[in-house]
Amino acid sequence: MSATPLLELRGIDKSFGPVQVLRDVAFSAHAGEVTALVGDNGAGKSTLVKCISGIYPTDSGEFLFEGRPVSISGPRDAAALGIEVVYQDLALCDNLDIVQNMFLGREKHSGLVLDEPTMEQMAAETLAGLSVRTVKSLRQHVSSLSGGQRQTVAIAKAVLWNSKLVILDEPTAALGVAQTAQVLELVRRLADRGLAVVLISHNMNDVFAVSDRIAALYLGQMVAQVKTTDITHSQVVELITAGRSGHLGLAEAGAGSADTATGSTDTIPGAVR
Amino acid sequence: MTTTAVKEQGPAAVAPAPTVGSHLNNYWRRVRGGDIGALPAVLMLLALCVGFSIHSPSFFTAGNFANLFTQGAAVTLIAMGLVFVLLLGEIDLSAGFASGVCAAVLANVVTVFGYPWYVAVLAAVATGVVIGTTLGLLVAKVGIPSFVVTLAGFLAFQGVVLELMKEGANISVRDETLVAIANRNLSPVLGWTLAALALAGYATVQLVRHRNRATRGLITDPIAVVGARIVGLGVILGAAVYVLNLERSRNVLVVSLKGVPIVVPIIAVLLVVWTFVLQRTSYGRHVYAVGGNREAARRAGINVDRIRISVFVICSSMAAVGGIVAASRANSVDPNTGGSNVLLYAVGAAVIGGTSLFGGKGRVLDAVLGGALVAVIDNGMGLMGYSSGRKYVVTGLVLLAAATIDALTRRRAASTGTR
Repeated sequence: MSATPLLELRGIDKSFGPVQVLRDVAFSAHAGEVTALVGDNGAGKSTLVKCISGIYPTDSGEFLFEGRPVSISGPRDAAALGIEVVYQDLALCDNLDIVQNMFLGREKHSGLVLDEPTMEQMAAETLAGLSVRTVKSLRQHVSSLSGGQRQTVAIAKAVLWNSKLVILDEPTAALGVAQTAQVLELVRRLADRGLAVVLISHNMNDVFAVSDRIAALYLGQMVAQVKTTDITHSQVVELITAGRSGHLGLAEAGAGSADTATGSTDTIPGAVR
Repeated sequence: MTTTAVKEQGPAAVAPAPTVGSHLNNYWRRVRGGDIGALPAVLMLLALCVGFSIHSPSFFTAGNFANLFTQGAAVTLIAMGLVFVLLLGEIDLSAGFASGVCAAVLANVVTVFGYPWYVAVLAAVATGVVIGTTLGLLVAKVGIPSFVVTLAGFLAFQGVVLELMKEGANISVRDETLVAIANRNLSPVLGWTLAALALAGYATVQLVRHRNRATRGLITDPIAVVGARIVGLGVILGAAVYVLNLERSRNVLVVSLKGVPIVVPIIAVLLVVWTFVLQRTSYGRHVYAVGGNREAARRAGINVDRIRISVFVICSSMAAVGGIVAASRANSVDPNTGGSNVLLYAVGAAVIGGTSLFGGKGRVLDAVLGGALVAVIDNGMGLMGYSSGRKYVVTGLVLLAAATIDALTRRRAASTGTR
């Protein structure tokens, strides 16, 4: 594990009008690791992801990428840093084939003309590098793929651009058992290739199956970011539902929310409280 | 807890090299799976040609064959532009009268104001661009459904044509060059030369692409299939040019009438250009993407509004070209140019050819095939002495059949997952 996290957020605040959605959130993602981001509906997971990917500006807080402070003011900034997001609703075009989808909006050209052979080769290499062997032909339409295969294409699309951080928003939510296993295997492989992976999931089995760290959000606050080996299934559920579990998470009621984030040196399990 | 893969296998793209047999097999599987493309149009076209040839001796003559092209040209050109709009799942109901407005501008510039033909053509196409930009801005930026915007255009442009025609009088077009477009023919030698050039160009593109893919180790179509395509196009071009080069004048002593109508290479060039734009450029790829999944296109960084405006510009510009051809064919422009059923025939042509009304699927070639089918029905039934009433009914039924096939193949494709 690398000492400096690939991405580190400190003291992120985000409000929509009078509603404070993120409150002093600290979060880090390490290269070569899968960080699971868990939390109940409305805890702020999606907002946090949208802040990282530049869709929402943050009100305050610091972004450190590879140890250097950066400012992300739009999706293009995030993409330039190597941050890619795979959204839940996939964002693939059914009427295009796999290669066309993977290069959509970033097509390779030779002169005015699309350079199809190069794109096809790069797509094939990327899929081979991820050991994807479930698709028959790169030239088949995405509509003919199963849910797992579509997720695979969406993930491969994110990886194609030498990205360093891939954020997956509920990649297994709509999948069957076998396909879920397929996608989780792929998620694991991404991390093994040295990428930092952030996995948003509601499914505790998935989280424990692939993640190295678990970050739990509760009502807009990061209540814990711990190694997966240091925490149990039921503790995570308590963190999600109540915001605290034993020595982890928020202080007892009354301590207020002045300083609730975990320390940025998150090799120490959980927030010291 | 990690599930690292231990099975490392070859890349995903490695599949057995396709043979002619497997190629045909794949094609048949796609057709059965609902990806039928222009197959119904081609089959219907063949069936109708055979039927009309049997029942009406004058259908299968060189003269009538040439007539078919000039009769169907305007509708086909408008349909080619409509394909772009239909690819986004939008509609342009105003394309017919837009072509009328552009034709009226052409006639006014060339006849009333006496400018040379190229100024008139430019003015007509520029009018088309302005109309398309306006429609596109209203649809994309203001957010009015294209059906309503273009319905309003349909009504308004009808009035604009009337105004430009000074309340109903028609304006004749006497300019040599403009009249030649739909009424004159290429010399037989020039016809053969252009056909040979077209075939050579097609063969070069096909073979270069095959070699490029083969040297990179990508899957290629079998060389026999590539060869068959080239030979097939050669046979079609050769037969068409041969027939069109036959003497079709009733009295050779008075006037000799032979050669490829000038409008044919015009349609062919526009077909190649627009096919290139749709299939080989990022712009074309983005049109398909916006038609397939607008949100995905937006997230991929595609400027969706710009694409939506641009297709209306292309559609109205092609309508202008159609209007020019219509004016040339009639030697004049009247308040009904681009009116009556021109638009519906054009939409029908695109859909009959295999362009989906649901967006995301279609080719410019579809418009040409569909336009040919509409022209054949019109022409053949006319020759057999049917009333216009019956012609309309049959054209309507063919359009309905095409739309039904589109809907049914979509359902089939959804269940087999091919589209």
